[in-house]
Amino acid sequence: MRRALTIIGLALLVAFPLAAKHWDQLFYVSFASRVLIYALAASSLNLILGYGGMVGFGHAAFLGTGAYTVAILMTEGVSSAWVSWPLAVLISALFALAIGAVSLRTRGVYFIMITLAFAQMTYYLFISMRAYGGEDGLNLAQRSELGFGLDLASDLGFYYTVLAIVASSLYLMRRLLQARFGQVIQAIRQNETRMEAIGFPTYWYKLICFTIAGGAAGLSGALLANQSGFVSPNLLQWTQSGTLMVMVILGGVGYLWGGALGALVFLLLEEVLSGYTIHWQLGLGCVLLGVVLFARQGIAGMLAALAGQRSFERG
Amino acid sequence: MAEPLLRVERLQKHFGGVLATNRVDLSIAPGEIHALIGPNGAGKTTLIHQLSGALKPDAGSIFFEGRDVTRLSLHERVQLGMARSYQITSIFRGANVLHNLALAVLARRGSSVRFWQPLTQERSLFEEARTLAAEVGLSAREQVVAGTLAHGEQRQLEVGLTLATGARLLLLDEPLAGLGPEESRRVVALIAAFKGARTVLLVEHDMDAVFRLADAVSVLDSGRVIASGTPQSIRDNADVKRAYLGEDLPA
Repeated sequence: MRRALTIIGLALLVAFPLAAKHWDQLFYVSFASRVLIYALAASSLNLILGYGGMVGFGHAAFLGTGAYTVAILMTEGVSSAWVSWPLAVLISALFALAIGAVSLRTRGVYFIMITLAFAQMTYYLFISMRAYGGEDGLNLAQRSELGFGLDLASDLGFYYTVLAIVASSLYLMRRLLQARFGQVIQAIRQNETRMEAIGFPTYWYKLICFTIAGGAAGLSGALLANQSGFVSPNLLQWTQSGTLMVMVILGGVGYLWGGALGALVFLLLEEVLSGYTIHWQLGLGCVLLGVVLFARQGIAGMLAALAGQRSFERG
Repeated sequence: MAEPLLRVERLQKHFGGVLATNRVDLSIAPGEIHALIGPNGAGKTTLIHQLSGALKPDAGSIFFEGRDVTRLSLHERVQLGMARSYQITSIFRGANVLHNLALAVLARRGSSVRFWQPLTQERSLFEEARTLAAEVGLSAREQVVAGTLAHGEQRQLEVGLTLATGARLLLLDEPLAGLGPEESRRVVALIAAFKGARTVLLVEHDMDAVFRLADAVSVLDSGRVIASGTPQSIRDNADVKRAYLGEDLPA
């Protein structure tokens, strides 16, 4: 059942650009790429927030770091995706490792605040980097180059590349969550003291999880920079962290598809509502309110309830 | 006498002006069930916290198998072979019984920084969990989500998690708390079965159980050990009778 749904969903995503092309609506291919990229970003936040119980409020810092890595390398003449994308992942992950090493010594509201503080410091760091556009941001001269005849410059080529990366990332996340590591992380969310008391060094497991999530967010940042052809400090602002968090809550905290569904609904609402009014966030707020009040488990939770399934090992 | 498994020397801890642990000396021989009793507020749980590593003592030392563990953290001590249970049940409420036990087995099966093979496919892990479930009398309840177990069963699982760590020294903090007579009998039988095979420090209020199980008893009062010895010598001790003023020790 679950597998069948996944295959159908994937088939739809593969067919989507062909349909868009048929009806001459290529704009939506670019929009869909954006949704997929945010699906990855939100899922990486869901990994720490939903599964690890770490309410990080500075996730934009890792997304922004990944985006800037690609943009800065491009400015310096490095345009190969095979260099800049892995570097974006590596640098964001190392950055998450450093921030996590300090932040994970705190709990609860202090953790929220300290991750926010680090993210804001990063935001101002990029504003102060005049060589790379400072406050105005930085244009990418072109999209990254993939070689092998794969053309990222075309919206179709880019879409399929993004789809391949995001789909395999989500698959890896699913493997990870069911393997030892993910099970330990989820048990720590349920009862951290008990995990210590049966012999797990919980701090290190949480730090590794935080680092992985940072790397994944960095990857989404690298893709986002390519998608929009532009990076700016706004990518790292705290509102961006808030956006990712709203996506996760909308979609379903601690559900595998939570991040993806949240990103889809959020960006669709933005797209549709902003056509009517610049105050589109009012509409978004109402939807969010509805979810928080009446469907705590988000969209994925509602769907799971409809299907009569419980999410894997939820407390 | 052989080298004690656990040796505590002049352990001290205060909270503000209150001396919760006052120069405590304690020695537990391998294989014995050592009961720690004392009136409410005597500092029993505070002592367990320090022995397990959840609380840092202000002064004094703790030796496990001759090794100074005073500065080690909770999980480091578990890996050496001393594990605790909790007075207030602390289990993974969202997971079933088998999964609870498998997690505790996992902790001593090397690194869990593994990202690929699903945990549920690790057969040997769950086989061992099944053996443990049988040992604590939860065989029939393996697939039940822990949070929905009856209170007594949750207490059995609590002891099971501690047991599953494979620890040689079990620090059991009031395993009988809140149990009815039938449930209580089951857990007492479980602890009695440890005799000789594992070493137990048993904090307990149920005096019947204590005198049935213990090879040695230490009495804590206002953070001090006021008596330590065989169950019979404790029963006859005048200081102990004074500390338990009004409470009759069973004959």
